[in-house]
This record gives sequence, structure tokens and C-alpha cells, in this order.
Amino acid sequence: MSPRPTDVEVGTELPEQTSRVTRADLVRYAGASGDLNVIHWNERVARAVGLPGVIAHGMLTAGLAVRAVTAWAGDPGAVVDYSVRFSRPVVVPDDDLGAELTVRGRVAALLEDGRVRVDLTVTSGGDKVLSLARAVVALG
Amino acid sequence: MALDAGLVGRSYPPSAVYEVGREKIAEFATALADPDPVYRDPAAARAAGHPDVIAPPTFAIVLSLGAGNVVVEDPEVGLDYSRVVHGEQRFTHHRPIRAGDRLVATATIDAVKTVAGNDMLTTRVDLATEDGEPVCTTRSMLVARGTA
Repeated sequence: MSPRPTDVEVGTELPEQTSRVTRADLVRYAGASGDLNVIHWNERVARAVGLPGVIAHGMLTAGLAVRAVTAWAGDPGAVVDYSVRFSRPVVVPDDDLGAELTVRGRVAALLEDGRVRVDLTVTSGGDKVLSLARAVVALG
Repeated sequence: MALDAGLVGRSYPPSAVYEVGREKIAEFATALADPDPVYRDPAAARAAGHPDVIAPPTFAIVLSLGAGNVVVEDPEVGLDYSRVVHGEQRFTHHRPIRAGDRLVATATIDAVKTVAGNDMLTTRVDLATEDGEPVCTTRSMLVARGTA
């Protein structure tokens, strides 16, 4: 059930979402997105360019994070604007657990025409991996 | 070498038509482990008010990656791709992308700047139907570390 604009105020919190990202998820996302950059699947190359290891595609992290918003909104088509800054790479270890991603969201502003701005806090292992992650949602 | 500020406003020829398929949308949603039926089931999408299955909010990256390559590969831009990381990304949806859309992508250089020895290049990609209906605008900021 979608929230209506009258149900929402500044500070309304979205349900917290956690997900895990494994190396297999990176391969799947590489194929689906067409982003075949080697640093997302090859440890040797990732380290050679100065990274701590294989890292997740920023857009995989961003795509997982916005699920917290689409699930809350009820209709993914209600997300009219979404922007992120990639502040820290998500290192994905070569094991079965992978990296954990935690997404918290809160309504930060009420805009015109029943639109609201949701600000997301996205962390992995306690570190913020996205900054200025914001979605504008058209409610009702 | 720092990026040339004169590149701002440079636009590239429109891409070939990209036809959005139901299977591609479902594949992308699965890669995001998102079970929402509006990405897979036309009846569920219609019940939500859409003519066909719609794409997740970040699906447009599939088209903007391809369209943005013309900028990255432009020898006059001269970006050192081996040192590039994705700095920022924005999607502005004029309406949801949906199965059956026949989209054309047009890339434009929106901004260039140099901060602390890093080159930053912002490319805008406008996605429209082949009939000219605006669908989505993406902005991608790439950072070339230590190249300026």
C-alpha cells in the first residue's frame, strides 16, 4: 500500500533494508548492465590499480539502495529523480558471505504536487559508501 | 593533462534506436535481487497504471553507459580511462522506461573541472523515444584520478 502525501512528514522513516553482495552478484550485474570493467571481477587487476580488492559497481550499490524507496513507495514508477555520489568503494571479499549493505531512508523535504524528497544513508561495514543519495518520489 | 573547458556543450550524434525488451528489464531487476512484479508481469504493471512492465529507476544506466562511451573515447576529450572512477550519477525520469520503448540516446558534455589534480567530466545523456518524447535524462560524473 502506497503512502499518501498526507501520511508523510519530514522525518518519516522508511523501513531499513539490508542486503548482501557477493562476487556472483557482481558477475550477474556486470552482464545485466553491460559494465564489464575488470575491477569488478578481477582481484589482480583491482589491486594493480591501487584498490584494496574487487569492488562492487557503484551503480549496483545505488540500484540496491533505491529498492528501499521503491518498496516504500509501492510503485517504482513514482521515483522521478534519483541521484548519488559514490564516496567509498564497497570491497567484496572472495567468500560466500560477500559484503553487507544497510540502507536507511527518511523523508527530508515535502515538495510541490505531492512529491517528497527521501534522503538515504547507505553503509557497508559501518562506512558510508554513498553520500548525497536522494530520491524524489511522487506520492498519491 | 587538464580537461579543456571549451568542451562544455559539445554534443554527439544520436545513438541507434535501443528497443527495451521485457526480458532485459527482468534480467536487470534480477541482478538487483528485486522481486517487484511490475518489472516482470505485464498484468501487475497494468494494475499499477503502466501500459507494460516498467524498468527499475537505475535501468537507464544500460543506455547511458553506451552513449557515454562516445565521450570517453573522443580523442579531443583525452580522458585516461584506466584511471577513471564513477563519481556521481543522477537520473531524472520524465516517465518510467517501459518494455516496447524505442529509445534514442544523445550525449552532451555538461561540465568539466579540475579539483586537486583530478579531472572531472560530467556527461548528460538525454533519452527520448524515436518520435521525440523525452523519457529520461542521466548525468554521469567521471573522475580521472591524478591526471590533471
